[in-house]
Amino acid sequence: MGLTLLAAGIATYLTRLSFIALAHRGTAPAWITRPLRLVPAAVLSALILPSVLAPQGMLQLWPLSPRTLAGMAAVLVAWKTRSVLLTLVVGMSVLWLAGLLLPG
Amino acid sequence: MSPPEPLGSGIHPPTSDSPSTRTHPSGQPAAGAREEFLRGVLAEIPLLLGVVPFGLIYGVIAIQSGLTPATAQGASAVVFAGSSQFVMSQLVAGGASGVVIVVSIAAINLRHALYSASLAPHLAHLSAGWKALLAYLLTDEAYAVSIGHLEADGPRVHRHFFLLGAGLTLWASWQASTALGLFVGARVPAAWSLEFTLPLMFIAIVVSQLKDRAGIAAALVAGGLAVALRGLPLGLGVLLAAVAGILAGSALERREA
Repeated sequence: MGLTLLAAGIATYLTRLSFIALAHRGTAPAWITRPLRLVPAAVLSALILPSVLAPQGMLQLWPLSPRTLAGMAAVLVAWKTRSVLLTLVVGMSVLWLAGLLLPG
Repeated sequence: MSPPEPLGSGIHPPTSDSPSTRTHPSGQPAAGAREEFLRGVLAEIPLLLGVVPFGLIYGVIAIQSGLTPATAQGASAVVFAGSSQFVMSQLVAGGASGVVIVVSIAAINLRHALYSASLAPHLAHLSAGWKALLAYLLTDEAYAVSIGHLEADGPRVHRHFFLLGAGLTLWASWQASTALGLFVGARVPAAWSLEFTLPLMFIAIVVSQLKDRAGIAAALVAGGLAVALRGLPLGLGVLLAAVAGILAGSALERREA
C-alpha cells in the first residue's frame, strides 16, 4: 500500500509541477496566455455545476432541488454584489430553508 | 519617527502606516512578503468551512474502507487532493489492485495540469525551490482564491507569498481535519450540508471574475458538458468539459477580435 501511495503521490505532484517547472523567464506568446486566462472559469464551473445540479449523480432539474435553488441564488447574489461572504450566507440560507420546505 | 508634516499634505512615510509596505521601482507601493502571505491566509479561510467537514468525512470513510490510519493520513500528505482520496478509499474497499488505484488517482488529478499551465507565467521568475513548493500546495481551493490576485495588474514582487499563504492554510486544515476524522470521527451533522459551501465559494469566485463573453462562454460550456459527462469514470468528464470550455471561449475570443 505504501508503494501505491507513493506512486499516486508522485503522479499527482508531477501533474501539478508540469507547466510551472517548464515556464522560464520571458513572456509567453499570446496564443498560449489567452486561453489560459479562461482556465479558472472553465475548470471551476466544471466542478461546480455537477455538484449543484446532480449531487448524487442523478440530474434533477424539476422540481428544483434545494441545491439547485441555492446555486441559482448564489449566482444571482455573486453577480449583483461580488461579495463572497454574502454569496455564502444567502446560498446556505436558501439551501437550509428549501430543505425544510421542499419535500424530499 | 518622521518629522511632523502640514495637515493635508497627503504624504505618509511608509514606515508610519505599515512596516511591510515597500516601494516598488515603478513607484507604486508593493505589498511586502508578510502582507501578501497574510492576505493569502485570509482569502483561504472562508473555504475551510467546506474543506474541514470534507476532511472529517474523508477520515471516517477511509477507516470504514479498511485503510490503516497511517495510509489514510499519508494519502492526505502525499496525494493531498480530496476527491481522489475518496475514490482511493472506495477502490481499496472494493479490493482494487495497486495499478488501478494509481491510474485512477492520476487521472482524477489531471485537471491540476490546467492550473499549473495557468499559474506558470506568474511563477516563471521564481527559483526551482519555490516552484517545487508551490506545485505541492496547488489545489482547487488554493488556486481558486489566488489566480485572480496573481493575474491582477501592478507590482508583483511578492505575489507568490499570497499563494503560499493560501496553500499552507489549506494544507494544515486538510491534515488536521483528516486526523480528526480518523481518530475522533465526524461530529458535523450531515444535515448541515457544510460541504456545499465549497461549490458556493467557487460560484462567488467564478462569477466575480467573469469579465467578458469569452469567459462566460467557457464557464457555460464547461459546466454544461461536465453535467452531461458526469457518468464518465475517473473525473474525466470534468477534464474534457474544462478543455472544451477553454476551446469554446478561445474560439469566441478569436472571432470577436
